Amino acid sequence: MLAELQQNFSDWLVLAGDDGELRRGVVAARGLAAYQNNYRTQLVNVLRASYPQLRMVLGDDAFLELAIHFIDHRPPSSWTLDAYGADLPDSLRDLYPHNPDLHELAWIEWTLSEIFVAPDTAPLSPTDLGGIDWETATLRLSPSLRQRSIATNAMAIWSAWQDKVPAPEAEMLDTPAELIAWRQGFTSRLRDVDAIEHAALISLHDDGRFGALCDALVEHLGEEEGVARAGLLLTEWIGSGIVVGIID
Amino acid sequence: MSHAIPTFDGYGLGLRREHYRDFLDTDVPVDFVEVISENFMVDGGQPLDILRRVRERHPVILHGVSMSIGSADGVRGDYLKRLRKLADAIEPLFVSDHLSWSRFAHFNSHDLLPLPYTEETLAVVCRNIDAAQEALGRAMLFENPSSYVSFAASSMSEWEFIAEMSRRTGCGLLLDVNNIYVSARNHGWDAQAYLRGIPARSVRQIHLAGHTQGEDLLIDTHDQPVNDQVWALYAAATAMFGPVATMIERDDAIPPLPELLAELDIARHLREGRAAVKEAA
Repeated sequence: MLAELQQNFSDWLVLAGDDGELRRGVVAARGLAAYQNNYRTQLVNVLRASYPQLRMVLGDDAFLELAIHFIDHRPPSSWTLDAYGADLPDSLRDLYPHNPDLHELAWIEWTLSEIFVAPDTAPLSPTDLGGIDWETATLRLSPSLRQRSIATNAMAIWSAWQDKVPAPEAEMLDTPAELIAWRQGFTSRLRDVDAIEHAALISLHDDGRFGALCDALVEHLGEEEGVARAGLLLTEWIGSGIVVGIID
Repeated sequence: MSHAIPTFDGYGLGLRREHYRDFLDTDVPVDFVEVISENFMVDGGQPLDILRRVRERHPVILHGVSMSIGSADGVRGDYLKRLRKLADAIEPLFVSDHLSWSRFAHFNSHDLLPLPYTEETLAVVCRNIDAAQEALGRAMLFENPSSYVSFAASSMSEWEFIAEMSRRTGCGLLLDVNNIYVSARNHGWDAQAYLRGIPARSVRQIHLAGHTQGEDLLIDTHDQPVNDQVWALYAAATAMFGPVATMIERDDAIPPLPELLAELDIARHLREGRAAVKEAA
């Protein structure tokens, strides 16, 4: 009986249809509307909180339409309400299939909120770097590190909203760019990387060995420049918390 | 579950983002703080660090909204594991949640939905509480909900259900006086009879909050100061349940901290004034 009630109540919340089945079992059925309202209002509010810039770009009415589409198609299932917006980009693709700028802006916003609560890591200290055999050493990337290719100027739009200055019009980039996001201490970071750094991070992610990374850079840039670039990248990654461990 | 739940006499507030700076930088005159457990059941980041730092200054109560203790298909193990990890790290004064359900199968409403008060529900709730207390290694407190419908199938009152739930599982009670007021008004219950039906020995904490008058019903919004009727009910409750952890719960339209501290002073004066009168007599 209880399971049946909870299934019926769940179905009614999701479908917002006829509540006749529920009404037969409740006293003062007018109160059902409060639950329907709470359910939908809370989900719209959490989507607004997760995607403040997307909401600004779309405008309130269009964002509400997007939220309603998403709520109707993807009822929440996670234990935490904070996870609810993870799949909003699915509805964005349905409603705005030809707006990669919106998809990429949504990725930036969601990724930054996700890494805000990623596992903590301690920064490497100079003493961690002594006596390392770099040929065999394996580098550990931050568990918060995320990356993706973007085809539009979504990052410039995001930065402008962030800095509260007028945002540029959305446009396609001449060539796709690579973005990385990660958390340094308690600060979420976002920046673009060039093709070499992108390839180096992919190599580290797949292999982990600094020696293999050096070999790849030498093959691409030549002995002198390849080794120098590897050193520069390593210094930058350690300093900014992208590399958080070295296993010798 | 044989863990005895300690008593704690003091006055506290919900720790909300708007007041993090106050709690980190100043000596806020409270005896404890309460946080929403789910906000901190995360892998890392600044909120968890802030909680650890506040914990160095104040006892902390972990108050959950998503355990869904009334789910007919049980409590989720992954949820309990995360809560256990947080509780082990924070060493809270109490761990609490609500007498309600939020989730069934793969759907999670993230709302505190009402239960029919039947023998079947009692068996489900008690089985779930046993499992949760076992997984957490401690006894919990459960809060009476505010509700907007009741069920024709109910065979006992909410307070009878709560008393029996506490007797069978050993769980403590978090009495939300505003919720009693809201539900009593919405369903035509006798709030004083509700209080009399609660086993005093099980009450460990009291919540005070504000509500809003909806079109037909009172809605538990937590976005208003505590009103006079709820203060009056609190005065009656404190006479019955004595010194227990008491707090103001504000979740929306959060005012500056001094306003909440002033409300907390009202609770202090109501209880301690009554105690002084009783002592003098």
